[in-house]
This record gives sequence, C-alpha cells and structure tokens, in this order.
Amino acid sequence: MENVELLFLNIAKFIFNWLQSIGLSPLWADFVMLVIKFACIAGIVTVNILILIWLERKVSGFIQQRLGPNRLGPFGIFQTVADAIKLLTKEDIIPSRTDKFIFRTAPIFFIIISLMLYIVIPFGDGMQIVDLNIGVFYFLSVGSLATIAILMAGWGSNNKWSLLGAMRSVAQMITYEIPLAFSLLGIIMIAGSLRMSDIIAAQSNVWFILLQPIAFITYFIAATAELNRGPFDMPEAEQELTAGAYTEYTGMRWALFFLAEYTNLFAVSAIAATMFFGGWQGPFLPSWLWLPIKAYLIMMIFFWIKWTFPRIRMDHLMSFSWKVLIPISLANIILTGCGIHLFRWMGWW
Amino acid sequence: MVLEKDDTEILAKNNIIVTTLEKMFNWGRAHSFWPLSYGCNCCPMEMMAAGAARFDIARYGYEVFRASPRQADLLVVAGPITLKMRPVVERVYEQMPEPKWVLAMGNCAISGGPFKDGYSVLPGADTLFKVDVYVPGCPPRPEGLFHGLLELKKQVQGKA
Ligand code: SF4
Repeated sequence: MENVELLFLNIAKFIFNWLQSIGLSPLWADFVMLVIKFACIAGIVTVNILILIWLERKVSGFIQQRLGPNRLGPFGIFQTVADAIKLLTKEDIIPSRTDKFIFRTAPIFFIIISLMLYIVIPFGDGMQIVDLNIGVFYFLSVGSLATIAILMAGWGSNNKWSLLGAMRSVAQMITYEIPLAFSLLGIIMIAGSLRMSDIIAAQSNVWFILLQPIAFITYFIAATAELNRGPFDMPEAEQELTAGAYTEYTGMRWALFFLAEYTNLFAVSAIAATMFFGGWQGPFLPSWLWLPIKAYLIMMIFFWIKWTFPRIRMDHLMSFSWKVLIPISLANIILTGCGIHLFRWMGWW
Repeated sequence: MVLEKDDTEILAKNNIIVTTLEKMFNWGRAHSFWPLSYGCNCCPMEMMAAGAARFDIARYGYEVFRASPRQADLLVVAGPITLKMRPVVERVYEQMPEPKWVLAMGNCAISGGPFKDGYSVLPGADTLFKVDVYVPGCPPRPEGLFHGLLELKKQVQGKA
C-alpha cells in the first residue's frame, strides 16, 4: 500500500538520483526533471482528452436514449482516435483576408494557457509541479487569459460571425470571472491561505462543500460559463453564429481550440475537487487515484447539465451574473466572515 | 518519365510505409465523417430522425453535425437544389476543406425528383459537383442513409 501511494514520487526520486549519478549538477538535474514533468502533464492531458470526448459522446447518447459511438473498438473507445487522425490530415485553410499572424497564434496561445493551469493542480500527496503560495490566485488569473485567445481568434478571422462570437465570449468571461473569484474567497478566508496544499490540509476534518455549499453552486455556475459549456455556450452558438469565434478554423487548428476546452474542463473540475471535496484525500485508494475520481464525478455533472438544459439568451446570461450570482457570492463572503468571527468568539475554532 | 513495370514494383517496395500510412489516414477519415448541417425540404427530416434516438447515427461516429463548412467533411445534399440555392451550395462546397465527400440523399438531389420539370430546380446535385454516393428514395428512410454512409466508408477505405 505504502509503495503504491508513493509510486510516482519514488520514480521521480529515482530519476533525480540517476541524473545526479551521471554527473549533472543539482540545478541541471532539477531542470531536466521539470522537462520530464511537463512531458507527463502533456501525456496526462492527451489521454484525458481522448477519454473525455468519448465519454461526453457516450453520456450525451445515454441522456438522449441513444447508444452513442459503439462501432470502433469496445464501446466505441477508438472513435476519438479516428477523429484525431482525420483532423490531423485535413486541408489547412487560411482565408486570404485574415490577419495571418493572429489567426495562426490564437489556437496555440489558447492551448498553452490551458496547459499552464495544470502546474498548480495537486494530483496527489506531494505530486504538484510547483506548490505556489498564491496557487488559487495563479489559477484564476491564468484561467482568465483564455479570453484573449478567443478574442484573437475572432478578430484574426476577419469574419463577422467570428467577431460576434468573440465579443460575446469576452463579455461573458469577464462577467463570470467575478463570481468565480468571489466564490473561492470564502474558502480562502477559512483556510487562511492561497496555497493549494494548505487548503487541502484544512479539509482533513470536513470538506469545504459542507461549510460553503452556496459557494460551490456559484463556483459551478460561473465555471460552466467560463468554460463556454452549455447552457452558456454563447460564443459557439451554432444556430446564430455558425461556430462563433472558431468559424474559419479548419482541421487541427480548430481541434486545438476543442482540445483546450476539454483541457480547461478537467483543470476546472480538478480545482473544484481540490477546493470543495478535499482534493486527493480519501480512504483506501492511493491519493493519485482520488483526485481523478472526484474530478471525473464533477465532470459528469458538467456533462449532465450541458445535455439537459437549452442555451439561454445573451442578455439573460449577463443579467443573471450581475443581478443574481455576484450579489449571492458577495453575501456569502460576508456570511463567512461573520461565521468565522462568531466561531472565534465562542471559542469553537 | 515513363516507368517500366519493374520500376514501379521497386518503387512500390520502397514506398510501402507511405501506402500503409495512407491506409491509416483513410481508416480515420472513413470512421469520422462530420456532415454539414444543410438541407431543404422533406429529406432533412429523415436526416434528423437518423440522428435521434430510434436510429442513432452516432453509433457509427457520424453524429458531429458541424454548422461551419470549414469543419465539415461530408455534404449531404438533402432535398432539391433550386436555382436560388445553387450559388449557396456551390460556395459552401468550396469552403469545405479537402478531403471532402458528397452524398446525394433523395430523388430530388439525384435527379430533381418530383420537381424535375420545374423551371427553378436543378436536375440533380451532380450537375454541380462530383457526387460520391446516391441514396434513392422519396424520402429514403434513415436506414437508407446509413447504408449510403457505410458504402461511402467502404469507398474511402478503398474496399468498394
Ligand atoms: S426526394 Fe422526396 S422527400 Fe426528399 S426532398 Fe425531394 S420530394 Fe422531399
């Protein structure tokens, strides 16, 4: 059991020692380890996406009383592989009137940002690439950069649908960034730290979902909007905007946007698991299994909501955030503050 | 340069990797046609039925209907092409990235169907571009559409 728990840490230690034994200075060995860790993240992300897209198609099928992909491999598990091969070999169209540099860099920028989120995710006990002392702040600020990538895509495409989709997405993401940050503030006040490992340690007795249920709901709604997922998928609204900001993108360039959205989905769910569900803590199973299990359960709720609700209108979307979500999350912060003081005063905490 | 028979065999031997890679690409393409959401008249209703619970086009992995022609692989011409619609269809076809395929669904798309004597309807989609698979019927049932898609899959994999 002990060995299973420490499996990845031991592998890392072994590689580190081996690197030093072949004559690398500790600094260089650290650098090589960072590269290896990044490669691991890339591997995790790719496998994850392949599973996630298949899962989403399956789940959507079950929700609509269909079977979903089931012809390629057992339960259609190779369907995504076929799609990936096809997308890789499609013609790469760059329309002549586009702003070429911005058009080309937008998808790369988007996927880099979503990969950067993985740096602060604690995958297990001590299995975090860097345990920043401003982990939550880093997550929020880097996550909101994705807006720029979508705006770049919309502007660079020189297409009215793209620009409209990008504008909507910017408005939506800026609006929902605020309740997203506010809903995490209550937790930071209780845990007294922005560091992920401290927040997880603070949940060793009770998960924060029990102390902050309202915050979880506001976080969840705001995250759905941040991820551009249904019922908030305004930027991609197919019926009105063709494919929104991505209208002009073909093949792999388009796929990069698609992949980045799923990458973000896992990152946001993993952070939700860390902040509200005790992170990698759990009985019996090793810590590096608990986080994916919790994150996947949260993602199931994302799928469930996406395939159950119709898309809501743009003005409703904005007014919902400004008139409902932000006041609720603000009230939650005040309540949390009062609660903390009450607990201290009564000497319970 | 004119190749002798022996030369081609030697070349074929040297290029064996390329051909198998091509096979893999075709396997991928054949199992993920993403149709463009396009249609006018009654055949699209059958196409929608094909996507819904009873028939479920998703089993073959062809359910990703894309609204933007830039991301679609397959143009299902469902219904008649009127003269007014003609420039739109042509343009949408041009906007799709290669490799792309066309499936003519229903008698209207094949020959003009019941409207073929009309003054405003094209006699078939193949007057505009190359059609890969014809699915006859007025309208064809969803099973018919599936049969056409599976025939197209065989074509793409070179097994037809
Ligand atoms: S083939 Fe028949 S069913 Fe299909 S569009 Fe034409 S008239 Fe309608």
